[in-house]
Order: sequence, then C-alpha cells, then structure tokens
Amino acid sequence: MEVFAVSVDSKFVHKIWDEEELSKMTKSGIPFPMISDGAGNIGKVYGVYDEAAGVNIRGRFIIDPDGIVQAMEVLTPPVGRKITETIRQVHAFQHVRAANGAEACPAGWEPGQPTLKIGPDLVGKVWKVWKPTE
Amino acid sequence: MPEQAPGCGKPTGAVIGEKVVQKPKEDEMATVRVGGKAPDFEAPAYHKGKFINVKLSDSFGKWILLCFYPGDFTFV
Repeated sequence: MEVFAVSVDSKFVHKIWDEEELSKMTKSGIPFPMISDGAGNIGKVYGVYDEAAGVNIRGRFIIDPDGIVQAMEVLTPPVGRKITETIRQVHAFQHVRAANGAEACPAGWEPGQPTLKIGPDLVGKVWKVWKPTE
Repeated sequence: MPEQAPGCGKPTGAVIGEKVVQKPKEDEMATVRVGGKAPDFEAPAYHKGKFINVKLSDSFGKWILLCFYPGDFTFV
C-alpha cells in the first residue's frame, strides 16, 4: 500500500516538521512522502481545499488498484482521525475485491469475522448470520 | 488552466490509469467521488531525507491512501 500525506506546506517545512517533531512522536520519522500542495490545486480537485482558510481540511481517500476511489472521509480541522478505522476499511475493501462481488462486509465487520455471501438465500436472513451488536 | 508557479502541486486533469489526450479546461478537470476514478496529480514532496516528485498515477495498480491535513506544526 502506498501512503501519501498532503498539506499546503512547502517540502522544506515538511522536512523540518519531520525532523524536529514527528520523528520524536514515531519510531523513525514519517516513512511515506509528504506532498506539498502550495496553491491548494490538488485539494481543490479532491474537494478538500478551504478557500477562506487557505488550507486543505482533513480528507482521507482509499484508492484501489484500478484507480477507483473506494472511500472518503472528510473532517474539519479540530478533530483528528483514527487510523485503526482506516485500516479496517482497507482490509474490508481488499476482502470484497478478492471475493469479486460475491461477499460483502457488514456493519461493524472486522478482519477474521464472517462476511455475507450475497444471494437470494440471504434476503431477510441476515439476522441469522450477523449480529452487529455482538 | 492558469499558469502554475514552479514547484507547485498540480492536477494533471486526468484520472489515474488513463492517459490524457488533450489538456482539459479547468471546469473539465476530474473531480472526486466514491466509485469514480481518482484525479491524477504531480507534486513536490519530502520523503525520508530527500526531496522527490510524486505522480499519483505512478502508484496505479497498488492500493493508495491519500491523506490531506491542514498544516505542519499544528496540533491535531
């Protein structure tokens, strides 16, 4: 999986932020490219550029090997994301891709749990195989 | 599309996995929606001590996680 972080900061500021702060919060600094989107041009096409503030808000996109955007999540600045939820979604999308449309991951699904086998036999019977509150 | 300052990230106007035949006008640029193709772009980046150039479509064929955030040295 390829990971990219994007903000309007320059690559020079990215370097110093990684060296001065992030490398002290993580094991050995940021392992993925930190992209500079100075004029917000990339943020604009992804719909996350805030013109008034001049920044990209917290947008997260999962893109599959065919280049299809499978998921997006966009938050305003004061609330951070939770990476475990992103990883869960990536696992779920990878699972359904491998199953080629024959399986679906129900609400609350975690890797290792049963998936739904899509077909006429399942209509009205999901309650028998999946209880999201358990 | 207006002229870009050198060193600025810029969308290519294409989606990843497909070639652009003609340079599109700004109002014809690819925009993002779930189930649609990801807009391609090229941009400068910092990666493990080096300055590099990233083109999103170079990662075509792999799973990609693209994360925007408001700014370096902010708090969240």
